[in-house]
This record gives sequence, C-alpha cells and structure tokens, in this order.
Amino acid sequence: MECRVRSDYNIRLMIRISDVEKHFGDVTALDKVTLSVQRGELFGLIGPDGAGKTTLLRIIASLMIPDAGSTLVAGHDVVKDFAKIRQMVGYMPGRFSLYQDLSVLENITFFASIFKTTLEENYDLIRDIYVQIEPFKHRQAGKLSGGMKQKLALCCALVHRPELLILDEPTTGVDAVSRIEFWDILNRLKAMGITIIVSTPYMDEASLCERIALIQGGHLLSIDTPAAVAASFPHSLFSVKTDNFFLLLTHLREWSATFSAYSFGEYVHFTPTSETITERDIMSFLVEKGHSETHVTKTQPTIEDSFMYLMMKKQNQYAG
Amino acid sequence: MKAFIKKEIYHIFRDYRSMLILFGMPVVQVLIFGFAITNEIKDAKVTILDQSGDVLSNRFVSKLTASGYFKADRALDHPSQIEPAFREGRVKQVIVIPSGFGADLGLHKQVTIQILGDASDPNTANMLKNYTMAVLNAFQMQEMGMQALPVDVRVEPIMYYNPELKGVYMFVPGTMAIILMLVSAMMTSISIAREKELGTMEVLLVSPLRPWQIIVGKVIPYVALSFVNALLILSLGWFVFGVPIIGHKGFLMLEVLLFIIMSLSLGIFISTVSPTQQVAMLLSMFALMLPTILLSGFIFPIENMPVFLQWISNLMPSKWFIIIVRDVMLKGSGIAYLWKETLIIFGMTIFFIGLSIANFKLRLE
Repeated sequence: MECRVRSDYNIRLMIRISDVEKHFGDVTALDKVTLSVQRGELFGLIGPDGAGKTTLLRIIASLMIPDAGSTLVAGHDVVKDFAKIRQMVGYMPGRFSLYQDLSVLENITFFASIFKTTLEENYDLIRDIYVQIEPFKHRQAGKLSGGMKQKLALCCALVHRPELLILDEPTTGVDAVSRIEFWDILNRLKAMGITIIVSTPYMDEASLCERIALIQGGHLLSIDTPAAVAASFPHSLFSVKTDNFFLLLTHLREWSATFSAYSFGEYVHFTPTSETITERDIMSFLVEKGHSETHVTKTQPTIEDSFMYLMMKKQNQYAG
Repeated sequence: MKAFIKKEIYHIFRDYRSMLILFGMPVVQVLIFGFAITNEIKDAKVTILDQSGDVLSNRFVSKLTASGYFKADRALDHPSQIEPAFREGRVKQVIVIPSGFGADLGLHKQVTIQILGDASDPNTANMLKNYTMAVLNAFQMQEMGMQALPVDVRVEPIMYYNPELKGVYMFVPGTMAIILMLVSAMMTSISIAREKELGTMEVLLVSPLRPWQIIVGKVIPYVALSFVNALLILSLGWFVFGVPIIGHKGFLMLEVLLFIIMSLSLGIFISTVSPTQQVAMLLSMFALMLPTILLSGFIFPIENMPVFLQWISNLMPSKWFIIIVRDVMLKGSGIAYLWKETLIIFGMTIFFIGLSIANFKLRLE
C-alpha cells in the first residue's frame, strides 16, 4: 500500500529535489534546496545572477552531481539513472550552445538525429517556432539575431519531443518583443503537455509562470504561484517620487520609520516599520527634508517586492 | 553517428583556417624540409692556393669545381691571403696544392695536399673535407689508375638504401610523422575542446549519445583526412624528390593508419584534460610538436644525444614511426623486422585510448 502511494506520487511529479547541496570550493551554490515540479507545469526559477539557478538546472539535467541530497526526474535518480533522463529531457543552456558554423536546418537535423528522430516526425510540436526561422534555414546559426538564435535553440531542444524542457535564462539578451513571443511559445508547449522548468533574472517574467521559486545565494526563499508570492508581502507598500531621486533614496534610508527603500523604475518603493504610517506622514517627512513635487501612493506589492522583502529577511536572519 | 560525422565534416570544411592547416601545411613542410633544410653540400664556396700551377694541378682544380659541390672563388696567390679569405667569409674551405704537385706525382713521390676548413661551422667543415677527399680519391684513380701500384689498399664505402646520401630521404618519413601528429592530435584535441568551450558539449552530454559515440564521430573524419595527408606527402616525396617506396605499400599504409589512430587517441587524451581550445593547442604544440621534431631522430640523430635524452626518445611515438616508415620505404622491410616498433605504437594507442576513456567526463565539473 505504502509502495503504491509512493509510485502515484512519483507519477504526478516530474522533478523531486530534496535537500540538495552543491559547493564549489568555499562557495555554496545551493544550500539545502527542496523543490517539486508537477507534470505539465510551467515552473519558473527566479533570481539574480549567481543565485544558483544554473547549477540547479544542471543538476536536474544530470550534468552535475549534487554534493548532498537527492534529485529524481520522472522517478529516475540523476546520478544513477542519468542515461534514462538524457533520453527524455530537452536542455537549453544559458549560453547559445549550437553550432554557429552550421546552418539552421543542419543544426535541427543534427540534434534530431542524435535522438534518432527527424524534424518531420515531431514537426507538429515545433511548427509554430520553426515557421518563424524557416526563412533563414540556410543561414549559419552564428549569423542569426539574438531572438532567432533562441528560437533555433528551442527548436533543437524540442525536436525529440522531450517530456521535460529545461531552459536556462532563455530570454537573457533577447529584445522585448521576442521575449513576449518566447513566453507565448512556452505556454503553447505547456498546453501540449510538456513540463517546463525555466530560469530567469527578470521579475516581470515570473508572473507568466504557473508556479515560481525565488532563489538567492543558493537558498530558495519562496515557492508558490506568482500571485501568492506577490500577496505574501506582509507590509504596506508605498511608491514614492520627488524631484530629487538620489536624495530621496538617501533620506528615506536614514529615516527611523523605514523598514526598506529601494528603487523601482522611476519610483522608490518604501515600506515603513509600522502599519500606522500613512501617505501623509511620508509626505511631511519629505517636505521637511526639502523635497518638492512629492508623489506618494499606496501600491500593490509585486513579485519583486516580495523578493526584496524575503531577501532582506534572510540577510537580517544571518546578521542576527 | 552518421549525422555526427557529417556535422564534423561541415566544421572542418567551413573553417578555412583548419583547411589551411590540414592541406596547406603538409605541402609546405615537405617542400621546405626537402629543399631548404638540407645537409647536402651544393656550390660551397672554396678557393684554391695553387703553388704548383702545372697541368695536373689544373686538372685537379677543374675536377673539383666540376663536381658540383664546390664553387671556386678567386684563386689565391700567397698563403698570407688564406686568413683574410676566411675572415671575410668569402670561402668555407681553402685547398693548398704544394709546388711541384704534378712533377712529384709523376715521380710517384708522396704528395701532400692541405685542406683548410672554416670550423666555426664544424658540420659543414667536416662535410666539405669529406667531399674534397672523395674528389681527390677519384682524381687519383683517374690519373694513376692505369699504372699498377705495388701495394694498393683502398677503402671503398658503399652507402646502402640511400647511395647518394640524399637528405630528403630522411625528411619524408620525418615530415610525415610531424604532419600526422599535428593533424591528428592537434586538430582532434582542438575540435573536442571547442565543443567544451562553446558549450555545445553540454548539449551533447544531455543527449542519449554515449561518450564513445561522441569520440568516434569526432575522430573518423580526421582518420580519413590524415590518411589523405599521408598519401599526399608520400606522393610529393615520390614525384618531387624521387623518394622511392621499396617495401610493400599496403603494409606501409597499415602502419600509417596505426600511427594515425595512435595520434588521434593522444589528441583525445589531450582534449580530456584541456578546458579550452587554447590550452589544447598549447599542449599539443609543446607536448607533441617540439619533442616530435627534436627527439624523434628526425633532425638530430638519437645516437648523438645524451643517454638521458635517448631514453626519453623511446617514449616518442614518432621515433618508432620514423623507423618503420624509413625501413619500409628505403629498405623494403616487412613486419618480420618491424614487429617490435609496430607493437610499441600499438601499445601506446591502447594506453592513450584507455586513459581518455578513464578521463572523459560524463558531466560538467
């Protein structure tokens, strides 16, 4: 009975990571990471550069052995059963990793054939992407634009119809329009039943995932749906703007009533230590400091605000 | 697998630099070694101080200059001019013919000819001396041959396999060793290191391809190319320099193939320890090229090396390969004589393949 429950659990889960650690010399890249991804999910790994995203994805792709903890992909252990995993995943590294001196078509054909399949066989899966790069199919991959390169790389990662697609920062260095297109494609792939785990440093892309994990310094800060992560922000949040942006940030950070203040586009996102502080209090503080054209509005916390909050909490934890 | 080989061939033919290394270099190297770097004497500058000036001495001088080895500089009149001629670098050798040369020879008296060499380049000086003595011997034969001498012991050296002592006979096997080493080892190590450097190795690893498939796929195009290169060098040697292939050609080809596979396994081994193309290149250059050139007996005879270096030279695969190629081409030897060398190269191949497999990473570091 116990066994039955376990296998059901494994069938539902595409990735199960428990207490994974990875060190590079003195640097801890991953510290006790525990994470599960359901089959058919579009899962985002959100965090700044150096947070450990790539390392985690490489462990899932069986490219790296964790120092501790276990990782199962579709029930296969990434260390022992790596050959099985390599049959069923499509992996797209952060760096453009195709043959630059081969043409678009040659790259796709090559990757299809190393998985013993053909472009025609799985054409339905990649058709939407392929038609966009088809006009350039005889161009060398190295001469494509950034967005085109990403689409080609995705084609190559998909051509063998993987069950799990691992994408490491696929939209880094890609223009805004191509990024939106890219996420559209990912949603369509998800609809076709492919599990996708994608990492990105862009907070605005987080909301496009079904569930996200915030990662920083090798720690997972939070795992939830984007909406829940944003809503988990426990304080009130104000968006502040004055005529002197630099001084505004300095003054707010010096203020005893400030919990946090950081730049957010052209605004400063400000969180007070106490919920009793209102727009009016902030206004009068700033006017006193000599600011003019002051705008203060209460605003909805975003994922980035939650991320900043969790990061600060973690840091304070260490400091304390 | 087929796709992998096809891909590899695209890589090679689309990179004009690798094409240049692959096909330009063998031709250039053979031609350079064959024509320029040669130990043979041709038109060496000499001068003659003829103190006799008779018919016989004149005949001797013209025989010297007609030999093709020497080019006579302005003749000297006085011994005091010898030193300045050397100092000015005008001549490499001075031949002094004593007065009464012809007369004394006619009387069967002993005649002494003095050969003064510029030993600041000892090899050349020595060789010029030998050539001069050879001409002198021939001259003596010609002039005195008719007259039976009471006692006449004569040394008659015969140089086997390369009777004309042609340097190019040496260079063809040597160049072949270098080129095959370079093409096979360097090009494969660089091409595998390139996959690592550009990150494509990462993608290849996360695929059902087995490491041996990746390696064999990489290597096969280079086996073919190296083989074409070997044929190119052999035919250059044959058509341009007239170097013969006396032994069994099929056997020679098999030995060449064995050496190519040895070099490739060495190249793969280098690539497993180099993270980037540059490291692979440097390792191939310093670990392979220089020892191949210096220690294989290609340029410097192994017998003349200190014992320690002789010992190291045994570790050079190219040393054994050069012995094999030379013996097959020039002596016509077969496996009966060369089984030891063949076995050594075979052993090295197994060793490097084993080492590469042990070193090949299934994952990233």
